Amino acid sequence: MKRSVALALLSIGIALYCLVPFLWFVLTSLKSAAELTAIPPKLIPSFHLGFYQSALEKYGLLHYIVNSVIVAGTATLITIVIGSLAAYAMTRLYLGWTNIYLLILLAISMFPQIATAGPVWNILDRLNWLNTYQGLVAAYIALTLPLAIWILTTFFREVPREIEEAALIDGCSRFQSLYKVILPLAAPGILTAALLVFIYAWNEFFFALIIMTDPSVQTLPVGIALFPGEYTMPWGEIAAASTLATIPLIVLTLVFQRGIVRGLCAGAVKG
Amino acid sequence: MKGSHRTALLFLLPSFIFVAVFSLFPILESFRLSFYRLILTLPWLGQKMVGWQNYIDLAEDPVAVESLVTTLIFVGVTIPLELLLGLGIALVLNDVFHGRGLLRAVVLIPWAIPTVVSSQMWRFIFNDRYGLINFIFFGGDVSRYLAPLADPHLALVAIMAAEIWKTTPFAALILLAGLQGIPDDLYEAASIDGATPWQKFRHVTVPLIRPALLLALLFRTIDSLRVFDLVFVTTQGGPADKTNVLQFYGYKKTFAEGMVGYGSAIAVAVFSMSLVFSLAYLRFLKSSRQEGMAK
Repeated sequence: MKRSVALALLSIGIALYCLVPFLWFVLTSLKSAAELTAIPPKLIPSFHLGFYQSALEKYGLLHYIVNSVIVAGTATLITIVIGSLAAYAMTRLYLGWTNIYLLILLAISMFPQIATAGPVWNILDRLNWLNTYQGLVAAYIALTLPLAIWILTTFFREVPREIEEAALIDGCSRFQSLYKVILPLAAPGILTAALLVFIYAWNEFFFALIIMTDPSVQTLPVGIALFPGEYTMPWGEIAAASTLATIPLIVLTLVFQRGIVRGLCAGAVKG
Repeated sequence: MKGSHRTALLFLLPSFIFVAVFSLFPILESFRLSFYRLILTLPWLGQKMVGWQNYIDLAEDPVAVESLVTTLIFVGVTIPLELLLGLGIALVLNDVFHGRGLLRAVVLIPWAIPTVVSSQMWRFIFNDRYGLINFIFFGGDVSRYLAPLADPHLALVAIMAAEIWKTTPFAALILLAGLQGIPDDLYEAASIDGATPWQKFRHVTVPLIRPALLLALLFRTIDSLRVFDLVFVTTQGGPADKTNVLQFYGYKKTFAEGMVGYGSAIAVAVFSMSLVFSLAYLRFLKSSRQEGMAK
């Protein structure tokens, strides 16, 4: 009995630790300008939407959201298609150096961004792809492929070979067997990989910062990091933009938490 | 079999093109550029081979040396605290029956928040006028309010706190996976032998959680060595370079000052440090895989 009370208290403590700082920011976004600067701070705001309105109208927040959706969405789609092809080849077709490729991918995923940033910038400059969606999308595909391929190979391995062999005997080509047999059976794994890639691309800052210097194509993290204001920061608008950038991720995380935990473990633990 | 080999190469090709163009070539190019003098703001100097000069400059650059020390302090302080706190959270998550799924989802929230957002959030919490931290410590006494992020003694502590908050959940999840891999009968056997909860923790949990702990340690260290977003948003490396971690310094030299050769030398230095831990990580995966096969 004593033990279960202690566990309950610890659980509440953990939940507060995880929730309170961000909740404070969300509440800040719902304050009025007067409530924001009040001392002592007002705990419960008046649920004013003024900061959201001003973030959207004065700071062009919608524009950053659209850019983020385009970049993260396109990158996720292409990464999953390319990653599925690679994972299929590595789990279903004979290849001697599959493990070496997987290790190279793993090593690449550990590169500090600065180690490749300069040359990547240079390549995109020569292609005239700086400040374009395709430039950032291309960089993100390369950044997320290792993660995607690792997760996808883990899930593809679990699809029984017999099912696919039956399809091949029935005259399916390799490509048909991939998208008619493997993809439907590995759908939960593909969803997990897509989610993790999307979250990565949605949150990525370093490459977005150096590739997108023109505000009209910048993504949300860059917009939020470079929020204008030298002497008085527009904290209400920053909190509003931050809330809007984060809510979709929190919803996705809560809905798909089981898959995400499994995907993280497939990427990090299982090997 | 030959046809299937060709299909395999065909399927692998698109992924390899992206990896080769945007990861493998750039890393080699960074190594090459680190031996050149190339300054974008002085284009008439061109690209000149200077041998090890950039590395010699790097070793003699007091800002770089301080940046290395700052990075090592950042990693050395945050990682042990994250692992300790993460282990505590993992132990609770492993024991809770009611609402375990919900609690695990809540623990994922700091992980899911974009780093830029959590950085702005902590910047606001540490704000010198409206920050929650100031109110908690000093109440309404505005005259005593501090500006932690602008204080040379406090800035690094403040960003380390923000980092620990954000990344502990990830460590907790890896450790939870490790805890769940410990067979129940070991605990039952210990109970039958009359072990106290502490003895069970000390003699069953601790030895068996060690691989997961090592994994979380390596994984978090590799990630922590490349801290950037947090510093960019909260302090820009300041005050007085007190939070100027290596990746931020490399960014500043390469992209703000256009010192491509020197910036590449910093990039290679950061890369080499993280490579040591990456190789340890790969070795660890290999040995744990062999162990898994032996079982």
